[in-house]
Amino acid sequence: MSQAFTISIFTENSIGLLNRITSIFTKRHLNIDSLNTSESEIEGVYRFTIVVKTDEELVQKLVKQIEKQVEVLQAVYHLDEQTVFQEIALYKVFTEKASTDNLVERLIRDNNARILSMEQDFMIIEKTGHKEDTDELLAFLRPYGLLEFVRSGRVSVIKPNNELHKRIINF
Amino acid sequence: MEAVLTKPTATGIRTTGAEAVIRSLLAEEVKFVFGYPGGAIMPIYDAMYHFQEELHHVLTRHEQGAIHAAQGYARATGKVGVVMATSGPGATNLITGIADAMIDSTPLVCITGQVGSHLLGSDAFQETDIVSISMPVTKWNIQVTKPEDLPEALARAFYIARSGRPGPVLVDITKDAQFKEFDYVYRKCEQIRSYRPVPELDLNQVKKAAELINEAQRPMILFGQGVILGNAEEEFRLFVEKTGIPSAWTLLGLSAMPTDHPLNVGMLGMHGNYGPNKLTNECDVLIAIGMRFDDRVTGNLDTYAKQARIIHLDIDPSEINKNVPVDVPVLGDCKESIIELTKQVHLNSHPKWLAQFRAHDQIEQERVISKELNPEQGQLTMGEVVDQISQLTGGDAILVTDVGQHQMVACRYTQFKQSKSNITSGGLGTMGFCLPAALGAKLGAPDREVIAVIGDGGFQMTIQELGTIFQTQAAVKIVILNNSFLGMVRQWQQLFFDKRYSCTELENPDFVAIAQGYGIKGRSVLMRNELPEALKEMMDHKGSYLLEVMVGKEDNVFPMVPSGASVSDIRLS
Repeated sequence: MSQAFTISIFTENSIGLLNRITSIFTKRHLNIDSLNTSESEIEGVYRFTIVVKTDEELVQKLVKQIEKQVEVLQAVYHLDEQTVFQEIALYKVFTEKASTDNLVERLIRDNNARILSMEQDFMIIEKTGHKEDTDELLAFLRPYGLLEFVRSGRVSVIKPNNELHKRIINF
Repeated sequence: MEAVLTKPTATGIRTTGAEAVIRSLLAEEVKFVFGYPGGAIMPIYDAMYHFQEELHHVLTRHEQGAIHAAQGYARATGKVGVVMATSGPGATNLITGIADAMIDSTPLVCITGQVGSHLLGSDAFQETDIVSISMPVTKWNIQVTKPEDLPEALARAFYIARSGRPGPVLVDITKDAQFKEFDYVYRKCEQIRSYRPVPELDLNQVKKAAELINEAQRPMILFGQGVILGNAEEEFRLFVEKTGIPSAWTLLGLSAMPTDHPLNVGMLGMHGNYGPNKLTNECDVLIAIGMRFDDRVTGNLDTYAKQARIIHLDIDPSEINKNVPVDVPVLGDCKESIIELTKQVHLNSHPKWLAQFRAHDQIEQERVISKELNPEQGQLTMGEVVDQISQLTGGDAILVTDVGQHQMVACRYTQFKQSKSNITSGGLGTMGFCLPAALGAKLGAPDREVIAVIGDGGFQMTIQELGTIFQTQAAVKIVILNNSFLGMVRQWQQLFFDKRYSCTELENPDFVAIAQGYGIKGRSVLMRNELPEALKEMMDHKGSYLLEVMVGKEDNVFPMVPSGASVSDIRLS
């Protein structure tokens, strides 16, 4: 059964590693839904968060092939319910259109969104949440004339205990 | 000889990046480098000039020849093969060999020159992003732009190439990093934080595997190159003999045990033997050791060994469950895991079950082998040529093959006595592999006879390496099995494309004349009665020799598991 898996990869910081990891997906003709890289809680260890829709058997194979890379310390995968995750979305709309209809007020009240910047002719709204939440706001804002929309890759933290942290610390 | 630039300093020696490369190779006990110079690697070649006594450079005629020669060297010696090439086309010409080494787990260190770091990304002359290009086909790779980073990069390169499951690595060195001076110190790499080359053996898994083996009525072993790469031939033999289990080798597992061992039941795979293919689907426990269930071995996975419980010993965790679901994985270095497993298995024998393999052998002998090896009329067969070579060399030679019909026939009918005697392009199926690989094998194992058996198609893919054989005086015996066809493709066209021989017939040159042009003695044989004498002449000849044998144009290789069919549907004709 195809479903979303979040793959978390802990790595050394080296040039080209992103390429090496994504080529494992390319090789199997798989599309990456989202990808994020950042530092982790451990100094010198970097964290990739990759979301891919596939079946569990394949995700297991992918994770093993990722972990096999020399500069990868550890790779794990989780289902959505095993993680806490967020994406951040930014929306740019015309100020004039948004000012009608009490848009600003409704935005803040109903959508838990924030206004990051208000200019004379446009404003920038930010919303953090799951994809469904940012999609909802996207649909809501479309009629007001959307100038720009961008959404980040998923960042995700694993819910159960700290075994993973211990394993990586001890590498 | 000391290089001109070298001066001792407080911490090491003051030298250039280029000379540091050569010194690092010497520190890794490298004896041979296979390569081809060019603009961006000239400083390294210049440094090499001062070390000609210690380091032998083999100048091939093409970078692909260099890398296949290094592969042949690595496979014959078990050491890391070293390759050098310049930037751009020099580097890209290595790619086929790198991919071949990756899929066949051959340890290589490839050193490529790169344009100066200030030119990177500017589409400079002979600039190509070889690090990105080689990424999916290297175990590891790195670009070095500062000489200070060279010693560690090279130390890691050798460590990664040879440890765990071996493979090719590439170190790309910008020209300025080669020119600049720095304080050189070399320390061999023994550990990398993020890299676990050998998984820790779990004795519980060994126990589970031993229990399955001890209860089995019809167990079967499939063994691959992992036994050779793990230097575990002796441990493997003791395990097989204690358990009395019929054992079949993969193409790359050939020579890991003697051909005539009573428990060796032959070769798996598309053109393997009848018994091990058929009986894969009748065994109750299947023990896979150092092999990766390649599709040429398994045929259709939906009907592959479904009745069997499967034990898989491998050093690479990503091989477990990759193609075939495994009941008991045993991760680790097979030398260690086989020893532990041997301790826990009962002394046993399976005479009735083994007799089933022998009964299948009998059928194969009657239906396929006897007419292949002892034809009474018609043109020479590939099988009889290989069989006679095998008898002449007494199983002591290193057999190097290319890809196609001749490869399957040579691997089927050569008798092996010692390990590391079979060098072929398995996973990638690289035509053009054989001739340079044979050269590398001969340089690595000068005391052994090296026989290159090649088809007329593959021979012409790297024919230029006759020049390297000529220049190095490597006494490689070259046997071209000439059927004037790309024989394996033609066989498929005959069997699966209604005999539409699309673009497979070759009009060939006078191979003997070409060899003579390179100062290599040669002869061509058409008639059956000439063959024994011609082979003897080849073997008695001191130097390299090329023997062309004209064989049946439309002969086929059998048995055959048709592509996508079940192993038990193996055809005898």
